[in-house]
Amino acid sequence: MKKLFAAIAGRGLVIIVRLVTAPRAIWAGIEPIPRQRVYFANHTSNADFPTVWAVLPGFLRENTRPVAASDYWLKSRLRAFFGRDVLKAVLINRDRAGRDPLEDPVALMVAAVDEGASLILFPEGMRNLTEDPVLDFKTGLFHLASARPEIDLVPVWIDNLNSVLPKGEVVPVPLICTVTFGAPLHLRPGEDKDIFLDRARMALAALAKAQGA
Amino acid sequence: MTQHAEYAQLFTGLVLALLAATLAAAALRRWGGMTGRKAIIVQTLFARINAWWAMLVALSLAGLVGRGGIVVLFALVSFSALREFLTLTAKRRADHWVLMFSFFVALPGQYLLVYFGQVGLFTIFIPVYAFLFLPVLAAAKGDTSGFLTRVAETQWGLMLCIFAAAHVPALLWIEIPGYAGKEILLISWLVIVVQAGDIAHFIAPRLTGRTRIAPSIHHSRSWEGFIGALGTGVVIGTALAWITPFAPWAAALVALAVSVLGYAGGLVMTAIKRDKGVNDWGHLLPGQGGLIDRLDSVLFAAPVFFHLVRFFFEAG
Repeated sequence: MKKLFAAIAGRGLVIIVRLVTAPRAIWAGIEPIPRQRVYFANHTSNADFPTVWAVLPGFLRENTRPVAASDYWLKSRLRAFFGRDVLKAVLINRDRAGRDPLEDPVALMVAAVDEGASLILFPEGMRNLTEDPVLDFKTGLFHLASARPEIDLVPVWIDNLNSVLPKGEVVPVPLICTVTFGAPLHLRPGEDKDIFLDRARMALAALAKAQGA
Repeated sequence: MTQHAEYAQLFTGLVLALLAATLAAAALRRWGGMTGRKAIIVQTLFARINAWWAMLVALSLAGLVGRGGIVVLFALVSFSALREFLTLTAKRRADHWVLMFSFFVALPGQYLLVYFGQVGLFTIFIPVYAFLFLPVLAAAKGDTSGFLTRVAETQWGLMLCIFAAAHVPALLWIEIPGYAGKEILLISWLVIVVQAGDIAHFIAPRLTGRTRIAPSIHHSRSWEGFIGALGTGVVIGTALAWITPFAPWAAALVALAVSVLGYAGGLVMTAIKRDKGVNDWGHLLPGQGGLIDRLDSVLFAAPVFFHLVRFFFEAG
């Protein structure tokens, strides 16, 4: 029963996102084919994940899970329903000191990948409210790439969503958004953590520039 | 009864014309031996013809519902156009309320005024009240960076995408002696004349070569296109005088005015696209960009057409 509700809510969410932001996917470097991937995107708004999710073709969407903060998504029953049942998020406890060793974020992401899921993650770690297009990345992307080096890491630039629903606002305005999927990256053998993270960040920033942001 | 006869004739004529255009384009694609740039031109023609089919279906369905249907149709047109426009304008986080006001107050407000026939209010609602209120809303948030640009660009969007567009359905509320119940034909006439000019502007230079008018705006702007657009608009507008309240000579003059404005609309909107560094306003219509790309000429022509009809042909 819950599954049915979740499927309906998921469908509804896609329709709402499409109505409000008329999002358009630009595949600039990869094709939308059924292949396991880790999408990493810029993060400016709470609607980021639903937007990426909505522009993915259905056969990719089914199998794609966001990596999201549990303190946000478990705050209320409604959010928990959307986070856990509709979006099937991999929920991460951001409280480093307080969390159980079993809640290690990288282990959770690797487990999801091993189950065959594609992931969407926001390596900036928080919403970017600055004038910089992309903030420094957290290390999770690197650890995930070290654990599963063969998987495609796809940079995803979400444009204009920060105008649709800026932080602190409740009502979205219907502007057009684009979601650009760039060429995939892989961790090079022996590549240093900071060099890799910088390379990934540059790949995302390059997509932003190509979109004129 | 006569009004139904005119609708039926116009509708049949349009369906036949579009059918002929579709078949001609299909034949050109199939047997014309088109390659390279010529093949792209045929593709563009196809996309245009499909857009006209869509316009015909949308207008006919809305017309069947009645005045309310036409108002709702153009409110949706305004919504899509405004969304395309404001996606490209300057804005900051502080402009969220301004954007909310534009979409959720100004747009429905304008169309409600049209629906209730408040001609006096509807012609000043956006140019006066929205004009004065918008900057107040923007200033209230306290972010002054690029203030005038942000406010002015948003107001431009409201004027074009809501105010100008709303003049099309407003045509239904003009009382013309001996024309009651047929006002929707005025909308058809306006759209046909302007779209005919548009397509002539696209085709003429390809038949005759081009002498550029404004090379800094766009290479497609040529004297051949300009004259082709005006000529076609006037010929079609005069030929269709029977669906309007105008005498043939008056129809020719109104068609000339509307065609000039339609051309100017295309020119101005191209200049804005140039400024913003985009080729198209959006991606609503596959192969031909956004809604504004197709309707810029109608948006520009509508207010002046509305006032010409009101001034010269309205009762009393």
